[in-house]
Amino acid sequence: MSISPEAVAEEIEDRVDVDDTGGGGEVGRARVRKEDQRLITGRTRWTDNIVLPGMLHIVTVRSPFAHARITAIDTTEAKASPGVMDVITGADVKDEQGALPCAWPITADQKSQPHPAIAVDRVAFAGEVVAVVVARTVAQARDAAELVDVDYDELPAVLDLRTAAAGGDLAHPDLGTNVSATWVFDSKEAGTGDDVDAAIETARAEGIVLEREYRQQRLIPSFMEPRSVVVDPTGEQMTMWSSTQVPHILRLMLALTLDVSESKVRVIAPDVGGGFGGKLQVTPEEIITFLAARRTGRPVKWTETRSESLLSAHHGRDQWQKLTLAATKDGTVTGLKVDLLADMGAYLGLVTPGVPILGAFMYNAIYKFPAYRFTCENIFTNKTWTDAYRGAGRPEATFAIERLMTELAVELGVDPLEIREKNWIKHEEFPFASVCGLEYDSGNYEAATARAKELFDYDGLRAEQKRRRESGDTVQLGLGISTFTEMCGLAPSRVLGSLSYGAGGWENASVRMLPTGKVEVVTGSSAHGQGHETAWSQIVADELGIPFEDIEILHGDTQVSARGMDTYGSRSLVVGGQAVIMASRKVVEKAKPIAAHLLEAAVEDLEFSAGSFTVRGTGKGISLGEVSLATFAGHNLPDGIEPNLDSDATFDPSNFSFPHGTHLCAVEVDTETGQVRMRDYVAVDDIGNVVNPLIVEGQVHGGLLQGIAQALWEEAVHDESGTLVTGSFVDYTLPTAADTISFTTDRTVSPATSNDLGAKGVGEAGCIASTPAVVNAVIDAVRHFGVDDIVMPCTPERVWSAIQSARAGGTSETTPEAQPHFVEGEPNQDPGTGAEGGTR
Amino acid sequence: MMTRISVTVDGSTYSDEVEPRMLLVHYLREVVGKVGTVIGCDTSNCGACTVHLDGVSVKSCNLLAVQADGHEVSTIEGLARDGVLHPMQEAFRACHALQCGYCTPGMIMQSLDVVRENPTPSEEEIRKGLEGNLCRCTGYHNIVRAVEQGAAAMAGSRTADVMAGE
Repeated sequence: MSISPEAVAEEIEDRVDVDDTGGGGEVGRARVRKEDQRLITGRTRWTDNIVLPGMLHIVTVRSPFAHARITAIDTTEAKASPGVMDVITGADVKDEQGALPCAWPITADQKSQPHPAIAVDRVAFAGEVVAVVVARTVAQARDAAELVDVDYDELPAVLDLRTAAAGGDLAHPDLGTNVSATWVFDSKEAGTGDDVDAAIETARAEGIVLEREYRQQRLIPSFMEPRSVVVDPTGEQMTMWSSTQVPHILRLMLALTLDVSESKVRVIAPDVGGGFGGKLQVTPEEIITFLAARRTGRPVKWTETRSESLLSAHHGRDQWQKLTLAATKDGTVTGLKVDLLADMGAYLGLVTPGVPILGAFMYNAIYKFPAYRFTCENIFTNKTWTDAYRGAGRPEATFAIERLMTELAVELGVDPLEIREKNWIKHEEFPFASVCGLEYDSGNYEAATARAKELFDYDGLRAEQKRRRESGDTVQLGLGISTFTEMCGLAPSRVLGSLSYGAGGWENASVRMLPTGKVEVVTGSSAHGQGHETAWSQIVADELGIPFEDIEILHGDTQVSARGMDTYGSRSLVVGGQAVIMASRKVVEKAKPIAAHLLEAAVEDLEFSAGSFTVRGTGKGISLGEVSLATFAGHNLPDGIEPNLDSDATFDPSNFSFPHGTHLCAVEVDTETGQVRMRDYVAVDDIGNVVNPLIVEGQVHGGLLQGIAQALWEEAVHDESGTLVTGSFVDYTLPTAADTISFTTDRTVSPATSNDLGAKGVGEAGCIASTPAVVNAVIDAVRHFGVDDIVMPCTPERVWSAIQSARAGGTSETTPEAQPHFVEGEPNQDPGTGAEGGTR
Repeated sequence: MMTRISVTVDGSTYSDEVEPRMLLVHYLREVVGKVGTVIGCDTSNCGACTVHLDGVSVKSCNLLAVQADGHEVSTIEGLARDGVLHPMQEAFRACHALQCGYCTPGMIMQSLDVVRENPTPSEEEIRKGLEGNLCRCTGYHNIVRAVEQGAAAMAGSRTADVMAGE
């Protein structure tokens, strides 16, 4: 006889060491996830699994050139190929395809090039769609795509961000400039702080001024499920399944872009295999599949290959940061000036222009310096469009300030933790009005840092580092610190309005009471791995006193969930969770008069707890389930009461939330090979109250590795012709299990005040914090050679070259003299191919 | 030109005419309907399509369907028996070793291969054994935990089998 499966499950659960944080309720319990059953058995509803009768398949033909005029397209041979039903070019659909939407014009005079789903007469990046083949099978479509004959006249391609900013060749000649927009925040002008120029001038005379340039390399979100779209035309109604983070936004944008009635479009995001911002988009392929289904009158599917995904799904990061930090000689920061260049790529996506702006409010981080100016130029190049990638703007800001604080500590010869403590907001100073005008509602940087130090053995590792230095060990130890904060819970609609964003930041939820006492909860925040079905069930179980198992969470279908703002920006729990609470409480309020009537008591004598209404001071009571059944029957309701307990709520937050944490990282650097090995990583995060610690830890782990990957391994590289060299997972090197280590995570708690849960959001925290922690650690390991920066990713070649160059007395290119900022005539390639090596 | 193949998938035998160029993963998904096995890349890097061929893990994008002729294929869909999850599936759920779940079928199939080769793998051996399978959500932390726990549970159930005289 075998051991029983239940015993195996119990044994495993016993061994899994995650502490519940709650006080006996569902919220705070480390519940295993509801959604896992289908995911671990292969019964998942991926878009690419959908097969409909008569369904046709699309394969795209993409431009191999970064910038070219299309002079002719011959589709004759392709059209005659077996199984081909249609071949569509830009010319065929130019009057109906519209232009892809950008929802965030950051300035009134922002320049924008219309982005057609299928290029009509010019392509602006390698990978842009120039034609699509629609055939009975994918194989037939792929065969025929090879036969589409496109003639191009190449145009000069603008590839390097700094060169593009300086002028010269144009990514879009019609615009007359490569600058899409310039956006400025100045604390003096805004009335939120002092004049940064004055602060810098004073520091030059009697304090310290640090000037640094940092490169945020281009990254590719690399969700594991390739994008897929199916469109089913049924009469006038078009149903689209898409592997998207944003079914509601997509539906609205399809209607606006294609001039069809919103009520005739239904969008379904079934199970979605990761997003990380990469599926926060309205894509050419969604438009194309819609048009192909409408033209052929048949269901049509498009599923990308990985190579296609890396080439054409939007990229992230890609900025140059020039930073000027002013401080007094005792290490008190007095001001920060940020001049940023942000690479838009060829087109503005849904929120592309706003990504740097999300970072603008975070450069001051946890510190209370009084003067700040942020200037950003958004620049077009002939590369894949960029847009949100996990953290969107905030990782870049956090990297810059956390690298600078470490550099300031080095300059002053003090410990990097000490310099942070000197400048951070003390816990008793909350709520705190930041130099950017945000109100930080809660936080305790001292507590998180103390806990991180405890878990990390900071002093012991410093002693080991000293020993290795002194003995000249070929393997050097480096310690890196990142004390980050972020703004989450996107977002108060008024704030979005003031930043010219095209929509609000609320979230919607509804609760449906079924006659049997079971509950359906509809959320507008559609998950793609975050575990909403579990966490939302826990929240509702506590609110309504209904068993966790009796609650079903519905999402991701615009016909089921009529209103929603979808999932991104660590917003789901903080905004969507609050909407779920509000809708649940409305159910109780609606049920109360009915319960009172059934109990023959006065409404004011009833109290509700643990799923039942009871009459105070008596033993009389009735469960919510019983009230639900009585309401369904409607036989005995008070006069004038509608027989329906279902409720709906929309929550618009009044403030952002501000998760923070202290991350400490130890790396070993082999000074003979440049190889960096992760040794230890401690993350103590304060994300407020926690609904499900199991899910929270998972979010932190995954975020950490994505941030570490930016520091050490990942970079999207284009060659001199604009071809994406890292066009497959052979070259775009996602970390594997063997590249990394187990993390130590813990939490401190200062609850958010902007929602009843006290939650702050956790989706992006790990990814924001870890990149500077790792780079600070790598530099710390080799600083004694004279290295004060290494451009990300810190590959063995770059680390080795930095050591060699420093040993040879090479100048550090991060000094303004060696690397003048934004000056014409700079080399046309970003550093990073490694060939030139050297310190930066 | 089509070729007739006969393949046993999760215990049932299928006989089909396929194009010689058809990959095993496409055969499983499109012909047999085993969509639990998914495709994550086109360069054999990601391992999302990992299945077992005669008990040994293979990336099903790396084999032609015709190469599976006469062989036995097991997929994620055949792991649970009579509605009871395999200990490794249970371990993945208990350890929260999946988020979006896209890599999970391949990851579980590869984990079983790691344990087949070494019933008590160390953390390092697990990490090396899973090197051919990419996950973007979990940072691998909980996947490593799950394989440890799954391996222990499998060893436990084997011990129980022996003690019961099976």
